[in-house]
Amino acid sequence: MTGAGFAALLSHWRYRPLQLATLIVGLALATGLWTGVQAINSEARSSYARAAAALGQDTLERLQSKVGRPIAADRFVALRRAGWLVSPVVEGTLRLGRIRVRVMGIDVFTLPQRATPIGPSGNAGIADFVAGDDLVLVHPETAAALVDRDLNLRTSLQVAPGSLVADISSAWALLKRQDFDYLMVAPNQPDGLAPLSEIAPDLKRVAPDPQGDIARLTDSFHLNLTAFGFLSFAVGLFIVHATIGLAFEQRRTVIRTLRALGMPNRTVILLLLAETVFLALIAGLLGVVLGYFIAALLLPDVAATLAGLYGTSVPGSLALRPDWILTGIAIAFGGALLAVGQGLWRMARMPLLAPAQPRAWAMASLKNSRWTALAAAALLLTSLAMAWLGGSLLTGFLILGTLLLGAALLLPTLLILALRLGARMARSAMAEWVWADMRQQVPGLSLALMALMLALAANIGVGTMVESFRNTFTGWLDQRLASELYVSANSEAQAEDLRAFLSERADAVLPIRTTEVEIGGLPVFLYGIADHATYRNHWPLLERTENVWDRVADGDGALINEQLFRRGGYRRGDRLPVAPGWTEEIVGVYSDYGNPTGQVIVNHDKLMGYFPDIPKLRHAVRVPPEEASAVAEALVEELGLSPDNILNQADAKRFSLTVFDRTFLVTGALNTLTLGIAGFAILANLLTLSTMRLSQIAPVWAVGTTRASLARLEMLRTLALAVLTWLVALPVGLLLAWVLLAIVNVEAFGWRLPMFVFPMDWLRLLALAMIAAGLAAAIPVWRLARTRPASFLKVFVHER
Amino acid sequence: MLLALRDVRKSFTTEEGPVDVLKGISLDLDAGQHLALTGESGSGKSTLLHLIGGLDGPDSGEIKVAGADIAHMDDPQLAALRRGKIGLVFQQFNLIPSLTVAQNLAFHARLAGRLDPDWNAHLTERLGLAECLHRYPEQLSGGQQQRVAIGRTLAVRPDLILADEPTGNLDEDTGDAVIDLMLQLVADVRAGFILVTHSTRLAGLLDRRLHLTHGRLQ
Amino acid sequence: MSVRFLALLIVMTATGALAQGFAGLGTKSEGFSVPEPGHTLVFPDDHGPHPDFRIEWWYLTANLNDGNGTDYGLQWTLFRSALLPKADNGWSASQTWMAHAAVTTANRHFSTERFSRGGIGQAGVAANPFSAWIDDWHMTSRSAAGEDQLAALHVTARGLDFSYDIKLTASGPLVLHGESGLSVKSASGQASYYYSQPFYTVTGKINLPSGQVEVSGQAWLDREWSSQPLDPDQTGWDWLSMHFDDGSKLMGFRLRSRSAETYTSATWIDPAGKATAYGDGALRMVPGPTQRVADREVPTVWRLQLAERDLDITIEALNTQSWMETLVPYWEGPVIADGSHRGRGYLEMTGYQ
Repeated sequence: MTGAGFAALLSHWRYRPLQLATLIVGLALATGLWTGVQAINSEARSSYARAAAALGQDTLERLQSKVGRPIAADRFVALRRAGWLVSPVVEGTLRLGRIRVRVMGIDVFTLPQRATPIGPSGNAGIADFVAGDDLVLVHPETAAALVDRDLNLRTSLQVAPGSLVADISSAWALLKRQDFDYLMVAPNQPDGLAPLSEIAPDLKRVAPDPQGDIARLTDSFHLNLTAFGFLSFAVGLFIVHATIGLAFEQRRTVIRTLRALGMPNRTVILLLLAETVFLALIAGLLGVVLGYFIAALLLPDVAATLAGLYGTSVPGSLALRPDWILTGIAIAFGGALLAVGQGLWRMARMPLLAPAQPRAWAMASLKNSRWTALAAAALLLTSLAMAWLGGSLLTGFLILGTLLLGAALLLPTLLILALRLGARMARSAMAEWVWADMRQQVPGLSLALMALMLALAANIGVGTMVESFRNTFTGWLDQRLASELYVSANSEAQAEDLRAFLSERADAVLPIRTTEVEIGGLPVFLYGIADHATYRNHWPLLERTENVWDRVADGDGALINEQLFRRGGYRRGDRLPVAPGWTEEIVGVYSDYGNPTGQVIVNHDKLMGYFPDIPKLRHAVRVPPEEASAVAEALVEELGLSPDNILNQADAKRFSLTVFDRTFLVTGALNTLTLGIAGFAILANLLTLSTMRLSQIAPVWAVGTTRASLARLEMLRTLALAVLTWLVALPVGLLLAWVLLAIVNVEAFGWRLPMFVFPMDWLRLLALAMIAAGLAAAIPVWRLARTRPASFLKVFVHER
Repeated sequence: MLLALRDVRKSFTTEEGPVDVLKGISLDLDAGQHLALTGESGSGKSTLLHLIGGLDGPDSGEIKVAGADIAHMDDPQLAALRRGKIGLVFQQFNLIPSLTVAQNLAFHARLAGRLDPDWNAHLTERLGLAECLHRYPEQLSGGQQQRVAIGRTLAVRPDLILADEPTGNLDEDTGDAVIDLMLQLVADVRAGFILVTHSTRLAGLLDRRLHLTHGRLQ
Repeated sequence: MSVRFLALLIVMTATGALAQGFAGLGTKSEGFSVPEPGHTLVFPDDHGPHPDFRIEWWYLTANLNDGNGTDYGLQWTLFRSALLPKADNGWSASQTWMAHAAVTTANRHFSTERFSRGGIGQAGVAANPFSAWIDDWHMTSRSAAGEDQLAALHVTARGLDFSYDIKLTASGPLVLHGESGLSVKSASGQASYYYSQPFYTVTGKINLPSGQVEVSGQAWLDREWSSQPLDPDQTGWDWLSMHFDDGSKLMGFRLRSRSAETYTSATWIDPAGKATAYGDGALRMVPGPTQRVADREVPTVWRLQLAERDLDITIEALNTQSWMETLVPYWEGPVIADGSHRGRGYLEMTGYQ
């Protein structure tokens, strides 16, 4: 009985393969986008964890200079001879051809046990590592980018992408150094050693960082991705809900028969539940596969984004990880059950002989529209209230969520109002019918239209944010990168030569001095600048006191970047604790896009007075722009400076913009995919509704309309609904952009951006929406145009 | 001659092969004449009606409505025929669900471009629909729905009215009332009328009566 | 990384790891010197390192007692392993250093190890004045002027849970093994330069988790260097040094091979320091019952016979679990002899799987 019942229920799908496909594809798409985003997040997080764990940074204490100077090599030996179990590390970045790499030099002899295992694959080259052959361990991906370099590379999956791990001596050769950045301290030290405060008073012990700066910094980025992933999932779920609901209604006859034959309602529900689980499993697996491909497709861009924004290295290739595979399948189940829940709940309460009424199902949601509108209003008010109160990144995303959901729920009501208005203006019988028919189509299509609205609004919102950001960023780069050349020396001696060399050739050589301090428990970079027109005329100040530059020049005031300003909740005129025993009045705030950390700018001499040990290596050089490349060449050829030490303004700008553009490729791609899913939702809805549509259309056909004109009208209706949806999406998208720019960005990155609008993009999106809707409507319309008269006639003859 | 059929044949393809539904039907109907078409279920009477109404085309033979052969008309011509010359009343799903009763009543006539508000008002009253003009079809009883369908058809004043079991879904009393009303109104507009029914009692109410058995007229 | 990486990196000559790891390092062995017959050892120069040989060690073992008569074993070893046959040059690490320290009681065994590259001062050996060191561990000469540099030493080492600080004074001369210090290790001729100072008396302090103890006793220092000490087929060795109650001493070893008979060698040292070398077969070393040690079977009781000296003894480990939990693990601990001769000494066993 149960088996036969199950077969009877399942047979439904045999006659409606398209509906089955819609259901599975919808759920798979939803799961796929979600899983893809999760896979990306998971890959990135694992790479942060690896970076954080590299050389035991997550568990091992470090010894480092109190003023950020390197540690001389013999200091290490002296500490070892004193019995301290320490191990040296030298770190630096290096430009090798097209890529920048992080070089880490280690001493395998003293490496503490907890330092992350890094092993070259194969044993043959182990002696090479330390015995003068300069073996370098790299992630295979990095190796691929370095094939043309003269390096003795050996690949290892345990090295983070973008990093080179080598013996101290090899790393020194690469970095042209002879000292260390820090010493790792083994967790267990023998008893009875002389305290470090006595034998190394200039070094400080730094506690291990279990999470890693990177993971903390990138949290907001991943929250962003997750939010978009969730949006896609929600859009996909609309499809599933609509399809499952319809399938339930269409099977009422079968269910009625089964129950009449004595199958308990409970069994029927359990069978339907089993069917859902089965379908969810298939769709979930498909979704995970899809997610894998989406993630693999997007990951290189995400990796570039993260590298550009945070300087992190995430591999461009994807590993299969159980966490996102399992959550992917789980969310497919969750989504399917959520979608099927309402149907089952109604089924459980359905009287035995309730008639099969597909139309009633569609109309029922119309009756709900008042409640929907009320819920929408409540959500929008909540959103408004939260925007008013503000507070955190989470609030930001909640505002986004309530705004989008509220707007989506309001959509059917708005559409019906608009269509009623249209109907009132109709002059001919046909027009009257078209408007009325559209109105009655709204409930059946509302879920798909909501999905379309969400996708459009997200596109407008994110597009506006990105373009606004880009506009601001481009202008900001012009201000911020005012010097023609940025030159750094490898040693103070070379720096002296450099300054002497440039004194005749450049209009100005501005020192860039920096050290890391801690303000409010977070690392902040403290810069010292000389008074110069370069700063006075160009520096992008958001807030300033009247004589801000004079104040800084006099050593009586500090400029801070927007991130520090917002994070610390400072006001202009507040005193900032720069270092122990040193506070400085905040006299200006400048924008500092793309930088995750806080910055303070003070007078150069004052900084050097407090921190005399800061290396004097970096310089901004003002030369007539047309001479910039000649001076750069002279630095290389006459002074012997490595080209890697010279950054030219034009290159820096180009590089920054490239990074910027890649940064938002991912959100763009997700948006497009979401729009695609919305298009699919419309197709799914139209297809499932098309059988029902016959009874709407047949009477009109019978009284003298051709199938061709009916099909044309059908297409027109779908396009009109898409246009109306776009009209609703427009203000929602602009609100979304505002929330992103004024709330989410501030909380996530610490900067607020002005909003610019781009009407051409809206029109492009309108075209896209119409194409999506048109494509979605094409199949049902094509089928309608070719419907045999006999099919129409059946409407009038058979009892349904 | 309003309607002339000559040797009309129609077959349908089913899973068991082609089935000849109409095996050479010839029939004449004068203007204003009322004909009852009876037959067993599956005898082909509905198919015959659909062919006459231009809803479907015959395999062979000739169907002339007011002198025009509709067997060779294309889609737009057939649509024009249905719009202006022929009125159709079906057993169910006659009405356009998204339009009100008033809109439904006027729909066909407006489409045909010959809406006569006075005549429509007259029909509404005769049909007893004044109370429910602003309701939607699904809010009406079966009898009311069928009266709206009749009203809509008569509003056009077509030359030929075809009805396929119009009372099939109604109880006998309601059905008789609807048929009575229909016959009176059809007579009023002097239209030709073909009623397909399986009820000999109803058939007896009409001028002529033909019986269809296995695709042939008797 | 450190463990597996270094296991292969450091050429562990004194242990079975050599037999497994040796072949892979052969590629870089060109240019190393090889022990030759007829060579004369010169002191104090030969107390210092020989960077042109691949491997070398300064290996001290001591049998000690505290005031209550409790037995202790003590080990201090510095290994040198060359990756290239040249002296150190800054951080380029052509020479590498590894050190082991251990203290054994009847029921505890403490061990630890250190590593360093050569050339940077973290570890090294100087011949005159003699000093061997790694981190804060050292073995430093405190010999009087005119004495051999190894005649008196100060030795310290420190692990997480133990440390020691001992002073040693030799009461006899240096002893050359084999033929004037050329010790042959296999029938196919592998050999090393090998000499000892077996005549130390020791006083000092050992710190253990249970507290500090004053100890005294005897110690034995081995010095050995080579470039090819084992035949590739040899799978491990059993080595021992014995101090007999009558003042005589014995060094013996047995090399196990996959393909051939075990190869033995011995040196008998009379109380005056006169050494007699015995070639393959003279010394018989027969393993007795095994013990489960670190998941493997290790013989901790042996029967030793040297017919020419009327020696027939059984030696037994003070602590059967004297397992060196080091990068390259092996068994090394004090033993007690009974039979024709009574005494105590140190046993080392390598290559037991």
